Amino acid sequence: MSILINRSTRVVTQGITGNTGQFHTRASREYADGRKCYVAGVNPKRAGEDFEGLPIFGSVREAKAQTGANVSVVYVPPAGAAGAIWEAVEADLDLVICITEGIPVRDMVAVRDRMKKESRRTLLLGPNCPGVITPGELKIGIMPGHIHREGRVGVVSRSGTLTYEAVAQLTELGIGQSSAVGIGGDPVNGLKHLEVLQLFNDDPGTDAVVMIGEIGGSDEETAAHWAKQNMRKPVVGFIAGVTAPPGKRMGHAGAIISGGKGTAQEKLAVMEACGIRVTRNPAEMGRTLRSVLR
Amino acid sequence: MKIHEYQAKALLRKFDVATPRGFACFSVDEALEAARKLGGGVWAVKAQIHAGGRGKGGGVKVARSLDEVREKARQILGMQLVTHQTGPGGQKVRRLLVEEGADIRKELYVGMVVDRQTQRVCLMASSEGGMDIEEVAARHPEKIHKVFIDPAAGLAAEPAAEVARRIGVPEAANSQAAALLQALYRCFDQTDASLAEINPLIVSGDGRVVALDAKLNFDDNALYRHPEIVALRDLDEEDPLEIEASRHDLSYISLEGNIGCMVNGAGLAMATMDTIKLFGGEPANFLDVGGGATAEKVTAAFKIMLSNARVKAILVNIFGGIMKCDTIAAGIVAAAREVKLSVPLVVRMKGTNEEIGRKILADSGLPIISAENMGEAGRKAVQAVKAVTSARRAVKRPAPARAKKARAKKAPGKNAAAKSKPRSKAKPKPERKRAKRTSARGAKGKKK
Repeated sequence: MSILINRSTRVVTQGITGNTGQFHTRASREYADGRKCYVAGVNPKRAGEDFEGLPIFGSVREAKAQTGANVSVVYVPPAGAAGAIWEAVEADLDLVICITEGIPVRDMVAVRDRMKKESRRTLLLGPNCPGVITPGELKIGIMPGHIHREGRVGVVSRSGTLTYEAVAQLTELGIGQSSAVGIGGDPVNGLKHLEVLQLFNDDPGTDAVVMIGEIGGSDEETAAHWAKQNMRKPVVGFIAGVTAPPGKRMGHAGAIISGGKGTAQEKLAVMEACGIRVTRNPAEMGRTLRSVLR
Repeated sequence: MKIHEYQAKALLRKFDVATPRGFACFSVDEALEAARKLGGGVWAVKAQIHAGGRGKGGGVKVARSLDEVREKARQILGMQLVTHQTGPGGQKVRRLLVEEGADIRKELYVGMVVDRQTQRVCLMASSEGGMDIEEVAARHPEKIHKVFIDPAAGLAAEPAAEVARRIGVPEAANSQAAALLQALYRCFDQTDASLAEINPLIVSGDGRVVALDAKLNFDDNALYRHPEIVALRDLDEEDPLEIEASRHDLSYISLEGNIGCMVNGAGLAMATMDTIKLFGGEPANFLDVGGGATAEKVTAAFKIMLSNARVKAILVNIFGGIMKCDTIAAGIVAAAREVKLSVPLVVRMKGTNEEIGRKILADSGLPIISAENMGEAGRKAVQAVKAVTSARRAVKRPAPARAKKARAKKAPGKNAAAKSKPRSKAKPKPERKRAKRTSARGAKGKKK
């Protein structure tokens, strides 16, 4: 079992004609059931063409109508990415995964507002995220497939390579993953730690969760408070940025301690108080998870 | 991106936010000229640096005669202004704002940021002007009033007037204050600001509401659609190493420690810094090389890290993922050769072709220390720094007065830059290089 995506998901790539979109669509199709799951690409100017056998449609709506696509992945450059997200939402897909980094915050505020006001059911993952993978079934995003292993541990994180690090540690210990989800490093995004924890909680195929956070905002705290009351499965955690200075953006647009809020220490303290076993050593994420399985 | 107070006020005036009249000045003569043009008998002479807390640091003075304007301008221009935001070294003052004096009846606070929880712009207002808003938030949270602004509708007159009333704007000035708040939001929205702060917003003796100070920051990701704001960038206010890094599409931030680190991915980079700290060391920087760790990028990264004289060891932590470790290793070797690396280098690589990558490092003949995992890498980097430090003590002890000779001997494992100033804690000030603005990073670099 898994969350968000599995082998019956049908994927459309938005931005299939760009280098990044092509590179990662190719790699994703080569992973597990990818060839069957990826069904379409979208580019308004290249409708009727194909990418390595994948038909290209003029709009997400048309791609959905023709192929039954229910999830989209966005590699569209920043200036058009929020528009691409909205197109997928309007087409009423189940999930849109936005990989693009560098989208103006104002664009995200506007698209999130429309999604909420119109009570759209489409979920958004990202932007500025690595995507989501259900090992052995389907990979949607830019993560390296080969480090994953089928299994029963969920992973959720705001970072890309730090997620890979956690996954690789688990795999080395022989612990497989149900799904690994990157929620992205931007301040205004879609699914947050809380919502992904809820999905893992309800997934019979997940026994425990690794939750990885970083400085900035208070999503980890919110998730931890929810977990204390509601989570039926063990959660372990790590927060990056104990050494980050205040007021500086640490690479990710959302990774900033502002007004003394959003420090790693604060997040770690809240998580611990809520019963989440945390490690301060990122090399120990895998072993920490193993310790709660026994 | 940050801009100066005088630039922020000019922008705000375009949106009909009232500010005192004033001129930006780059010399004492210009300051005098500005004061003459403004007329009146009282002027404010204000240091223009990007950091806050200028008043407490002695960067803001009131002058009551032209002689005083000259005297204050002379004091402030060129001073190394230290505030709680500049760090101990302070920031050199190169620009002044000379403004007409203000008759202050009341000091208030208004600010705007994007609230992550509600995903809306939040207007914050308080009767406690002139203070740090964080302090007010900690001590008197009840004195901060918030309005979450609907992005489609904007800030309506009604809630704006209500906020103005709550923070104590006199009734006679209420509609002017409400209009000012609406104007502030229009400015925030249309310029893609990430932060706007008017602290203090004053009620003047004649009952007008005026922005006495102004701070605007902008969303870097949106700068591509605001060339007029990019033109306001002042590179003198930025860390030269960070500017240099941005030219190579590297994300770099200087820190206080002595272990340079180069990592791919922001989260992993922070985690690597944390690991160094965990083992008793201190990171010298944050550096995310992003998707493609090519030889050119790694070389640029090494040069930037090594221009920090404090760096006594370098830790490279790359999670290869889709990139192959042999490619990364070749890049590291080429870069280390090109910069004639003389500080210990600890490398941890993970991903495809890991073994081939490690062999390339081992066969290079360079003093590269391999590590299996992050923990080991952190520990080894910290050990390497300790070894270098104790070796230097051993060299120094017999002839402490002849430090120059010892330097010429090229003690093993020591960085040329570190040798010249072995104990100096001062931040190095390499030559500034004018840089183009950081290109908006898109999906293109995503090949981790």
